[in-house]
Amino acid sequence: MTKIESLQHELVELYTNNLAEISSFDNPLMNNIRNSAFESFKQLGIPTRKTEAYKYTNLEPYLTGLEYQYDLSPLSLEVNLDDIFHCDIPELATQIALVLNGFYYRHNRPLNLPRGVILCGLAEASVKYPELVQKHYGKYADEKADSMAALTTMFAQDGVFLYVPENVVIETPIQIINVGYSIKNIRISRRNLIVLEDNARASVLFCDHTMCAKSFITNSLTEIFVGENANFDFVRLQNENSNSSQISNTFIYQKAGSVTTNNTLSLHGGLIRNNIFVKLDGENAASNTYGLFLADSEQHMSTYTYIHHAKPHCTSDQLVKGILDNMATGSFNGKIYVDNYAVKTSAYQRNNNILLSGTAKMNTKPQLEIYNDDVKCSHGATIGQLDTEALFYIRSRGIAYTEARQLLMYAFANEVISKIKLDALRERIIEMVDKRLRGELAACANCNIVHKN
Amino acid sequence: MLEINNLYASIEGKEILKGINLTVNPGEVHAIMGPNGSGKSTLAAVLAGRDLFEVTEGSAEFLGNNLLELSPEDRARMGLFLGFQYPVEIPGVSMVNFMKTAINEQRKYNNLEPLSASDFLKLMREKKEIVEITSSLTNRSVNEGFSGGEKKKNEIFQMAMLEPKLAILDETDSGLDIDALRIVANGVNKLRTKHNATIVITHYQRLLDYIVPDYVHVLYKGKIVKSSGKELALELEEKGYDWIKEQY
Ligand SMILES: Nc1ncnc2c1ncn2[C@@H]1O[C@H](COP(=O)(O)OP(=O)(O)O)[C@@H](O)[C@H]1O
Ligand SMILES: [Mg+2]
Repeated sequence: MTKIESLQHELVELYTNNLAEISSFDNPLMNNIRNSAFESFKQLGIPTRKTEAYKYTNLEPYLTGLEYQYDLSPLSLEVNLDDIFHCDIPELATQIALVLNGFYYRHNRPLNLPRGVILCGLAEASVKYPELVQKHYGKYADEKADSMAALTTMFAQDGVFLYVPENVVIETPIQIINVGYSIKNIRISRRNLIVLEDNARASVLFCDHTMCAKSFITNSLTEIFVGENANFDFVRLQNENSNSSQISNTFIYQKAGSVTTNNTLSLHGGLIRNNIFVKLDGENAASNTYGLFLADSEQHMSTYTYIHHAKPHCTSDQLVKGILDNMATGSFNGKIYVDNYAVKTSAYQRNNNILLSGTAKMNTKPQLEIYNDDVKCSHGATIGQLDTEALFYIRSRGIAYTEARQLLMYAFANEVISKIKLDALRERIIEMVDKRLRGELAACANCNIVHKN
Repeated sequence: MLEINNLYASIEGKEILKGINLTVNPGEVHAIMGPNGSGKSTLAAVLAGRDLFEVTEGSAEFLGNNLLELSPEDRARMGLFLGFQYPVEIPGVSMVNFMKTAINEQRKYNNLEPLSASDFLKLMREKKEIVEITSSLTNRSVNEGFSGGEKKKNEIFQMAMLEPKLAILDETDSGLDIDALRIVANGVNKLRTKHNATIVITHYQRLLDYIVPDYVHVLYKGKIVKSSGKELALELEEKGYDWIKEQY
């Protein structure tokens, strides 16, 4: 048996032997779909290099080799929210909620949100607002699309539920901090559900952190429903320790005239795999998928996108940029799928990468499947080094080599960062990326969650 | 100030500079002329520290330091400036940020505090006037989308900001119309003092009507084959480079 096969076996056993306990947390709706996810998981198996979408992401070294525990109920850990919420960005005046090891933290502070807006744990929501959750939960995620999504659904007991009613606009962004914090190596599963009804508007900042040097394997799945003419903007900051792995699946479903902008900033982490599925299922919907990843040592960072144009007159834009140093590896696999009746589609995709060392590796693969002629589509990918002419030009003005490199790397990264709409957040992220690129702190400036390179 | 002795340099095993000798003193303006492919830009690049070229023999001293041992940034901080024949476009790096970093790195080297934001802006404003640069240029990325003339003006602007002791201007005149040429030459002249020196590399005599050199050298096939006063430029203009090629 290969290591992946034995892991597969172990997870199947774990699920079968503990189903009662997994299901005992207060989440009837979530329990309903566990078994079908389990069937998908068994059928698909943990991805290996033979799985097309994972050809360049070798999970084995990251997922096997260590012993992990699964916390089948929330740990009775108390954390100091003041310490953690140090991460917040004061100028943003965000509403903050903590998710600890996949469970919505019991002692989160009261939130100040507009009438009708719900932000709570998904388990809690599935009891308190069953019709709302039932209407959307499991409707956009496709466990058959990725076995790691299926795995998430099998074990997830909680996560975040955000509901924004029709016509409601949330002015200040909501910040959701996912923290891994444990005295032993653990697996974390969480499912999030975000629903924006017609004409609603919201922005969310997700921060993914590990709070200690233990190894965390996180499987996360987020479903996002964006109603007609609604607007959802989310930034994801992934900043975990090098021992940790995160495989995240995001499924976005958009109705007519809606707009989503997703900016994923992978600053640090052992393995980061982001699968992003978008379905544009109403006319004039627009999807923006942006990403920046900075990988070094033996980190692996990988992005997989699947943008499905299902209705006419929709626009999608993708820009993913990566900087890889040392022995780091990365991959970008971007698919644009245009249905035959999705005429007047505009779909753009670009992936640019810089390798700082001769041993870093990047694989990039655009994939277009277009079933009609009335489409504007472009894609491009580059893998290169820092421009030596530019480096010399900068140094010839008295700027030190390290600073010259910094200027060029920052200029490269800034194309993605500049897409972040909130000024205060963008400023803070500029600061973090700058530090990260200097190999200094890889965590928020004021935060005690720090990963040194 | 600058003392080059028997300098040889090559690229990928191909010898380009074949024994250059040149001495430049404070207050002097030297012109280096010569047909295309003679090695003028190579000489400039070697002096500025471009590691693409390998120095195989000879020496170069700048203000008493062994120039060839220094990093490009240290050469610049000591007061060497290269005006590029082909200034490099750097998308995403703003001119303002670029110049602020350069000025402050130089100040750090000289044990000075970084310039305050307002002092920096004042300095920029002052120096922009010297080359009649519009403010919009400095708000853009370094050289990105600049016209040929704008790029050359931008080189002189950077030189004005950094106040070098020795400026090497590599074909700063090429591609300029007569107005731009006058502006660039005026800029160079305004920055001249008896303490600094300039090496003007040019293909044409035209620029030397505006920047009057003390010495003119002809570089051909990697060697300085002729050195004289400014009258040499006129002679070259009259007789053409074939006159040199026939002799050497
Ligand atoms: N990067 C390079 N690679 C290979 N050959 C080069 C390079 N740069 C210059 N050369 C060669 O060096 C010689 C001198 O070039 P250059 O110094 O640019 O001359 P000039 O500035 O006098 O026109 C030419 O033969 C040119 O082909
Ligand atoms: Mg030249």
